[in-house]
Amino acid sequence: MSGILNTSIARKIAMALSGLFLIIFLTQHFIINFTSVVSPESFNEISHFMGTNPLVQFLLQPVLIFGVVFHFVMGFILELQNRAARTTGYAVYKGSANANWVSRNMIISGLVVLAFMGLHFYDFWVPEMIYKYVEFNSEDPNRYYEELVHKFESPARTGIYAVSFILLALHLWHGFQSAFQTMGVNNKYTPAIKNLGKAFAVLIPFGFVVIAIFHHFNH
Amino acid sequence: MKLKLKIWRQKNADSAGKIVDYDINNVSPDMSFLEMLDVLNEDLIAKGDDPVEFDHDCREGICGACSLQINGEPHGPDRGVTTCQLHMRKFKDGDTIYIEPFRAKAFPVVKDLIVDRSAFDRIQQAGGYISVNTSGNTIDANAIPINKHDADKAFDAATCIGCGACVAACKNASAMLFTSAKVSQFSLLPQGKVEATERVMNMVKQMDLEGFGNCTNTGACEVECPKGISLENIARLNREYLSASVKG
Repeated sequence: MSGILNTSIARKIAMALSGLFLIIFLTQHFIINFTSVVSPESFNEISHFMGTNPLVQFLLQPVLIFGVVFHFVMGFILELQNRAARTTGYAVYKGSANANWVSRNMIISGLVVLAFMGLHFYDFWVPEMIYKYVEFNSEDPNRYYEELVHKFESPARTGIYAVSFILLALHLWHGFQSAFQTMGVNNKYTPAIKNLGKAFAVLIPFGFVVIAIFHHFNH
Repeated sequence: MKLKLKIWRQKNADSAGKIVDYDINNVSPDMSFLEMLDVLNEDLIAKGDDPVEFDHDCREGICGACSLQINGEPHGPDRGVTTCQLHMRKFKDGDTIYIEPFRAKAFPVVKDLIVDRSAFDRIQQAGGYISVNTSGNTIDANAIPINKHDADKAFDAATCIGCGACVAACKNASAMLFTSAKVSQFSLLPQGKVEATERVMNMVKQMDLEGFGNCTNTGACEVECPKGISLENIARLNREYLSASVKG
């Protein structure tokens, strides 16, 4: 891998590709979650499919985990290299004069999302793995909706969920269009890509929060 | 105008530097920033002190010699100008002005406000050229038809004066805007296409070797560039790199 990723641009392109992959994953995750609001039966059905289909479980899930881990690890590597590129700092550095806060602090929004991922894995993924592969429980196709609703009973957890998604929105606000720039796309479509990125950054995380709040107050 | 200056003083590359305070009272709003420093230096010399060392040459914004991080921004608060084109009328009477060298590991301080920007020269030497037959059979460049759009874009990229403001402004001290301009000015033209693959691979490799940071697309470089070099060039560099990588 070091051979493929041996230049700064190659590492940035890998970062952009993994980011775009996670954007696609986020979209499908949102669509599935959204079904829990309109039809608990559909949510159970789709979740059951995702949780039991061998292709999803043993191909897509490992690819997703690799994508998530890669994006975070590479993010840290790039951040450390960037910090090492300026060993003596400025007495006065007016970063806000030429770049927005979001683009300058992707590591902060990324770290919050990483912390949230830890909680999310603890809440859903780890119990799911134990349920299926440690305790070898028999599959119940109707358990998913109840499990989801149960998690959003806690106001603290719903609050943490909401705050994390605001930080995810900030991360996407810069990350979406930045991935296209890194992939070499800067042309007449760039204003449209930037607007699409901003719309995505607001609507998808906002949608996740709305779903969480809906379940919190509805049950 | 009366000003309080806070200037980075550093005896040489090996010694530790520090911010030193200076009061200056006889500043005209019509002076350029460098003329203001000239006045300060005349006062320092008259007192028997060491003058503040800073880079300058043409003093008309075309050579790329002047630098300076002024109140946290390369070339100061004005846009589209170098430090030599910055005028004191951009400041107010009584202002405090921080003057520091461009900071990057790849731009080590030589003395006071002078930094060694030869890293840029080495990036240029790694591939920022075209090979031309000069044995008497040289083809006149104007004899090759070039589409106006490409010629304009290449010329825009070629206006980069290599001052290093992009590196100084970038939170990552990345040299991507400079390198992308130097790659773009050739890659857009037919004469530059012959060596395109080696050029981009070698220049990017040298850029990394010099210890510059990675581009995170904050856009600070484009805002601070005195020549208005666009981020389009960085996207083009990324495309050129991708294309060269595929060719191998």
